[in-house]
Amino acid sequence: MSLADNSPVTAPVDVEERQRARRRRLEQIARYTLPVLVMVLAIWLWDRIVVWNEIPHYILPGPGRVWASLTGDWSILYEAALLTAKTTILALILAVIGGAGLAILFDQSKLVEMSLYPYAVILQVTPVVAIAPLIFIYVENKTVGMLLCAWIVAFFPVLSSTTLGLKSVDHNLRDLYKIYGATRWQQLWMLQLPSALPYFLGGLKIAGGLSLIGAVVAELVAGTGGVGAGLAARIQEAGYRLNIARMFAALSMIAAMGVFIFAALSVLSYALLHKWHESAIKREN
Amino acid sequence: MLQTTPLDSRPPVLRMAGINKTFGRDVVALDGMTLSVNHGDFISLLGPSGCGKSTALRLISGLISPTAGRIEWAGGQSQDDLGIVFQEPTLMPWATVVENVYLPFRLRRQPYGSVKDEILEVLRLVGLEQFQNAYPRELSGGMKMRVSIARAMATHPRLILMDEPFAALDEITRHKLNNDLLELKAKIGCTVIFVTHSVWESVFLSDRIIVMAARPGRVIEELHVDAPYPRGEEFRTSAEYAGYCRATSDALHRAMGDR
Repeated sequence: MSLADNSPVTAPVDVEERQRARRRRLEQIARYTLPVLVMVLAIWLWDRIVVWNEIPHYILPGPGRVWASLTGDWSILYEAALLTAKTTILALILAVIGGAGLAILFDQSKLVEMSLYPYAVILQVTPVVAIAPLIFIYVENKTVGMLLCAWIVAFFPVLSSTTLGLKSVDHNLRDLYKIYGATRWQQLWMLQLPSALPYFLGGLKIAGGLSLIGAVVAELVAGTGGVGAGLAARIQEAGYRLNIARMFAALSMIAAMGVFIFAALSVLSYALLHKWHESAIKREN
Repeated sequence: MLQTTPLDSRPPVLRMAGINKTFGRDVVALDGMTLSVNHGDFISLLGPSGCGKSTALRLISGLISPTAGRIEWAGGQSQDDLGIVFQEPTLMPWATVVENVYLPFRLRRQPYGSVKDEILEVLRLVGLEQFQNAYPRELSGGMKMRVSIARAMATHPRLILMDEPFAALDEITRHKLNNDLLELKAKIGCTVIFVTHSVWESVFLSDRIIVMAARPGRVIEELHVDAPYPRGEEFRTSAEYAGYCRATSDALHRAMGDR
């Protein structure tokens, strides 16, 4: 019996092509099933280690206890998550406005760039954990202080990548605009900003993760004294009370939040670039 | 010859006189260039690397200013005088074909509706009307170059500058685009200054060839190709064409030999 007899018309005829198609199908399935499998295995192992070694729950709770805490303390955790999410998202928005705005300002005025850029770098390389205590001394409002902390960490990737993007305009296109008598504004709006978009989106993805880190650090430094406490503050507080299960529950929510932000920004990036940018184009072979 | 008489009767477009461009202190890119461009001319600037042909284009386009000498546009210069085609297609990758061709109009704040017909017409002339909504990455190198040419021609500028536009293309595509360019020129009636380092291309396309030499960049000779347009494959294979190629090639050798 020949190979062609039992294969549908649309199947690749070539043996190598068929192998390639099968490999691709397997990879598709594995991409989603393998990580889930690893997670199930890890949770199972975690549970066994706790049970087999009879580890007390105030040292290491089993996954069941963590799950119970997640559902039992849901109202507290949910409220805390909302607060952390609010700080993170606001900080990210401010980072975008501040970072992209500064980048445009730097691009328009070389003198402003030369004067301010070194300080942007200094602000970036100084660890936020070290700056945060000072911020909370001078900033009365806790929300503003937390936003400031998160902003300091998050704005720099947006600034540096957008600055690079605005400078990465094709030289011939720049000449073309000049020859056609484009104004500075037209050049910025119609040429530089679209050229900078892929760079900006790359910076934004990093800033998304960093704004969450900034928010967490800010909460830890600000302490739990306030009424509204975010997830990180809840972790700290639960730690004082040896409520390890709740620490894990809150931690898993922070992780989930980080994953969500990254996924959302990736989707945004794809939506804006897939029609024209090389990074978003799938290649055969 | 018959072909030379209308040269004088055609209205002038541009005159360059005694142009010198020196970069830094003593890098003389162009020395004493004089050139008159009349309406309908197809002029090739031909020469080895460093002969100042691209510098000449940049001077005409106003991107740089001459160190000495004058560039005079007949009747004064305006924003609509120029179209330009670079060696690369130089399209905006985020914009579709039609948006790329619309660019020069858009920069002059002309609404799309008022120039739509012109844009579609020029896209039809370069044979890309069915690709008007494609993005540049979906096009081949030759097609991208056609879009670039369409963009330069769409506004009907008084002068179109082309800086080695076909140098990066394969030979077959290049021949095809040479033929098409002459057809387009006949239909639109534009004036072109064309930079190239191909003898064959310059003879096929132009009615005047300016042969240039390097270090310092300067004009050595001006040759007239008096073969009538339209030129097609018959011209490319004719003895006349071969003769012009030999003469041009000899001039180029003189340009490269006597530095």
